[in-house]
Amino acid sequence: MNDLFQRFCDLQNRRQFLINASLGLGAAASTLVTPIATAASKRARTAPNGPHHPPRAKRVIFLFMAGAPSQLDLFDSKPHLEKLHGQPLPKEISKGQRVTTMTRGKEQRICASVFRFAPQGQSGLEMCELLPYLSTQADEIAMIKSTFTESINHDPGKTFFCTGSEIPGKASMGSWLSYGLGTMNKDLPDFVVLTSAFWSGRVNVQALYTRLWGAGFLPSKHQGVALQSVGDPVLFLSNPPGVDRSARRKMLDLVARLNRDEQTRSGDPEIETSLAQQEMAFRMQTSVPELTDLSDEPPAILEMYGPEVHKSGSFARNCLLARRMAERDVRFVQLFHRGWDHHSRLPDNLRGQAQDVDQPIAALMTDLKQRGLLDDTLIVFAGEFGRTVFGQGSIDDRDNYGRDHHPRCFTTWMAGGGVKGGLSYGETDDFCYNVVRDPVHLRDLQATILHLVGIDHERLSVRFQGLDQRLTGVEEARVVHEILA
Amino acid sequence: MSASNALSLAAGRSVLLGVFLVAAAAAEDVSFNRDVRPLLADRCFPCHGPNDADRQARLRLDVPGGNQGAYRTRRGVTAIKPGDLEGSELWYRITSDDELVAMPPRDSHKKPLTAEEAALIGRWIQEGAEYQDFWAFVPPRKSPPPKIGHPAWREGIVDPYVMANLEALTIVPKKVADKRTLIRRVSFDLTGLPPTLEEIDRFLEDQSPSAYEELVERLFESPAYGEHMARYWADLVRLADTNGMHKDFPRDFSEYRSWLIRSFNDNLPFDDFVKYQLAGDLYPDPTTDQLVASGFNRLHLIIDRGTALPEESHHKNVLDRVQAFGTAFLGLTVQCAQCHDHKYDPIRQRDYYQIYAFFNNFDGDPETDGAPRRGMQPPFITLETPEQKERMAKLKADEAQLAEALAASTAEQRTAELEKKLSVVRSATERLAASIPVAMVMKDRAEVRPTHVLQRGAYDAPGEPVERGTPAFLPPMRKKDDTATRMDLAEWLVVPEHPLTARVAVNRFWQQLFGHGLVETSEDFGAQGEWPSHPDLLDALAVRFVESGWDVKQLMRDIVCSKTYRQSSDASPAEYTRDPQNRLLARAPRYRLDAEMIRDQFLLLSGKLNRSMYGLSVKPPQPPGLWEAVSMAQPNTYVADKGNAIYRRSFYTHWRRAIPPPQMTLLNAPSREFCTARRERTNTPLQALLLMNEPEFFNAARSCALKTLDEVGGDEAKAVRRLYEKVTSQVPDPAQIRRLQEALTDFRAFYAADPALASALTADWKEADAHQRLELAAWTMVTHSLFNIELAKVKR
Repeated sequence: MNDLFQRFCDLQNRRQFLINASLGLGAAASTLVTPIATAASKRARTAPNGPHHPPRAKRVIFLFMAGAPSQLDLFDSKPHLEKLHGQPLPKEISKGQRVTTMTRGKEQRICASVFRFAPQGQSGLEMCELLPYLSTQADEIAMIKSTFTESINHDPGKTFFCTGSEIPGKASMGSWLSYGLGTMNKDLPDFVVLTSAFWSGRVNVQALYTRLWGAGFLPSKHQGVALQSVGDPVLFLSNPPGVDRSARRKMLDLVARLNRDEQTRSGDPEIETSLAQQEMAFRMQTSVPELTDLSDEPPAILEMYGPEVHKSGSFARNCLLARRMAERDVRFVQLFHRGWDHHSRLPDNLRGQAQDVDQPIAALMTDLKQRGLLDDTLIVFAGEFGRTVFGQGSIDDRDNYGRDHHPRCFTTWMAGGGVKGGLSYGETDDFCYNVVRDPVHLRDLQATILHLVGIDHERLSVRFQGLDQRLTGVEEARVVHEILA
Repeated sequence: MSASNALSLAAGRSVLLGVFLVAAAAAEDVSFNRDVRPLLADRCFPCHGPNDADRQARLRLDVPGGNQGAYRTRRGVTAIKPGDLEGSELWYRITSDDELVAMPPRDSHKKPLTAEEAALIGRWIQEGAEYQDFWAFVPPRKSPPPKIGHPAWREGIVDPYVMANLEALTIVPKKVADKRTLIRRVSFDLTGLPPTLEEIDRFLEDQSPSAYEELVERLFESPAYGEHMARYWADLVRLADTNGMHKDFPRDFSEYRSWLIRSFNDNLPFDDFVKYQLAGDLYPDPTTDQLVASGFNRLHLIIDRGTALPEESHHKNVLDRVQAFGTAFLGLTVQCAQCHDHKYDPIRQRDYYQIYAFFNNFDGDPETDGAPRRGMQPPFITLETPEQKERMAKLKADEAQLAEALAASTAEQRTAELEKKLSVVRSATERLAASIPVAMVMKDRAEVRPTHVLQRGAYDAPGEPVERGTPAFLPPMRKKDDTATRMDLAEWLVVPEHPLTARVAVNRFWQQLFGHGLVETSEDFGAQGEWPSHPDLLDALAVRFVESGWDVKQLMRDIVCSKTYRQSSDASPAEYTRDPQNRLLARAPRYRLDAEMIRDQFLLLSGKLNRSMYGLSVKPPQPPGLWEAVSMAQPNTYVADKGNAIYRRSFYTHWRRAIPPPQMTLLNAPSREFCTARRERTNTPLQALLLMNEPEFFNAARSCALKTLDEVGGDEAKAVRRLYEKVTSQVPDPAQIRRLQEALTDFRAFYAADPALASALTADWKEADAHQRLELAAWTMVTHSLFNIELAKVKR
């Protein structure tokens, strides 16, 4: 060996030698790490279970508005369009971009919103008349009017937003957080999903898929646990008829004794995990009902969330449950509210949908704030894309227009942990068709969410199918620092 | 789920202990393929690899020669100078602390090479920096079996290779497992079901030296063998009962499943198995089986007409087919080359679209038309029996006759009569039509649809046109005509010199039996995949597989009859620490059974398992509200089947892609939305809840208890023993019997104190008196406990 190589070898980390030696490798074998160990280090994950930098939020409540609410009618006010109502959308604005088959080849006529907007709070953030309760929270909200994506259909759109890819099989946002940061509580899952069982929008209700909260290539313990609105809140939580808690205890004790025997006999270390998980299951049999039992909530709190809170499976009930989970340090809570796909009769349907969510979200924010939890809880509100400025259906009847899918710009907002409130970020053109200032791709939004919980989106990765998989994928993504407090 | 838990899981997945596998080789030269390529591939190839577009400094490290290769000197700098570290710029770069020159660059977010890794590359350069063709792209070689000391392990195809490794490490393998353990293991592995007590007794009584081999033959003859083998294939090709997109409408793919089962039971040679699926429709005058098998090309997700763009949908369907082809047959991540040249493997973007071109000529609609009858999207075939055909003809004739008579009828009463008759005939026709099996099949257009390289993979950005073809780094494909066909592609896969098909298949069958493939990344045999733990064994098995005429049963026989497979799985904690994943094969594997095996086992123990085969999928009970919570439109309510249909093997369970049965997915069954070559295996509290509380699992425990009591009568110790033996295939020792009897006494006292609880538990048992209820409740709880112990859940 030449000197250079020898010097280098001398500098090697001695620890590896010790590890090799302790594993029983002969001296010859331990001078260099052997190939499969190399493969092992190659596969090692990047820094799971620990933030990369100090987090601004400990937990996230993601309010997913499935079906894509109209940004034009809810957030991104374009009052001057009133004068252009019914006129064709200028070609230099639409640039022949692809639209869905529903409106392909049809005339694109501008359709102004029928709803009014007004500045709210000290910040003067413009809020829609359909959101009177949320308007009181304007100073907490950072509105991103320049969000955009590529998908023009719901299924790929939602799959992209939730997992970073249109193709099924990738890990969802919540599972990344669970994987990357580990758990903060020992009695509940890290990632819980709540789907509304009903909603006001009556048209075009879009499906959900379990892949939206799947773990993809991550260990499945990181997948979202969907709380059910009927039956057991967590699947198979209740004991069968004839088995009460003490019978269950007796049974688990017997199982544990037999398993301990087997552990001694077989040496299998996995038995230890089984025992621990059976105990966790037993604890969940109490902790989950305790979570979903609202009898300890004072009337004033229930009232704050609105009348629907009394109905199981309502968005209001789910908002209250989200607060209860935030108190219990569930890392990521994702609410899905459907019914926003307003291709027709938009005004009516939107009124209903807005009413579904307006009071509960405002209550959730207020409630978190009064408990000191809003500071370290990030709230995200978003649909999978936006809606077109041109109308669908009869736009001449001002209460019966619809809008098609529009990925090129839409509004999302965040509030709480680490977010600058009372802010409007990004800008769309006069027709709310293209982003003209500070574009924020959904990847950027994902990177920002990860950043707020202490994760560098480029460093949280897992090797799968030969790639370092990330939530934000292989393309560039940037943290939107401008909206951070 | 603590943070440290998650960490250890992540670490457990890596193969630290695999260190041993090649310890014998460590004293030898460094091997480029085994040692160096994985490092260069991971850290360097993204910028200095096969991808032309991303290449930096006009340097590629994946090849030595050429004007950009690693050995070339440019501006006086040589990246790699064989035998000369000082003269190798690469060595300087990978060992430098200077941020400006260090490689990989910090902003690449690639992990720096560890000191050991760098040293390995250093040694390789010193020893001459010899490049090798990538192992998986070179045809498998038959090498003479290694010389080993242990005479008993010299036989057969598996053992010498395993033993050679162990002897080099002076590790002694385990003794052969006891007969009870063996029959349980091999029964699960070949049929997915545990042995019955009768089967155990028969095996125990058979003292002949070939008792085990004969047992294996009996298992091959069991129809359950085909069901079990087909289930793994179903994961791989994402077999499911719904479209998987948008409204997720159902579709009937049961004939394809039946064909899979029959193929494995009939031991259809694997090359035909591949060809039928890829190109069954292209045989001259194809058989029904060949046509049904070609439905492989139709298993992709498909969106409903109305919102998406048909040209984009067509493109997505082709992508999905190509990915299935790549994963199932090549074991390569070809999809990576959809938008750019592959960054790690020599698959160019152009290669990708040459493969794409084979699947781009589908003669059918790229989107589904709402909810067609039985979900059948053309092209599909109907598979009526001659009797059904005859009956249908008769019904049609009757119908025509009646219709004619009706048209002619003027009398009111006569008209009413005829109308009634006609409606009876029509509903009979409908019933008959619904009972005739149907199968979606593959069909190409007559005129070949042109294919282009799609820039950035976008369907609306066609680049240069391409012809159908296969990548240059693999053997050439023989074309029968000017334009290659899917049949040519299928034939190409199974030429003996193809380096991947047999290896990939053999590896998956191995994985089925040992829990890990010889190549752990069974879906990726490319540069980013894992190096095989026993490369020569993999090659020996692959060569033999091809030489045997692609005989799957022979392959399975070779493996399960090996000493390696028949070892005991019991090990000391130190042995587990040394090799947690058992990559050395110094013991038999031990891991949790798949979801289907667990459920089927419970059904078998309950005495209710319905062994009828084939046919439509069934819907066992599910918790309420699951479908409603996610569905878009009808059918949004899950309606469970009635009667003994709900007790069929889990492979027949209706699989809705948007929300697959939770009894399966909680235990790591994939959603079947995409091809899955290996399942994950986790251990979670939700699984514990499932096994504790799933109503049908609990009912099965109760039926099993009742049945055992019936069989044994009053002898409690005997009943306990029998119960334990049924559930675990083992006999309990006296201490365990005592423990179970104590538990029984305890549960009796518990339910005696709360008779209402005992009544609730036994509510279905109408005729029972209070004492019987008490007994059954106590026995049910003991049985239920046994259903939850490790021995019931693991293969060992």
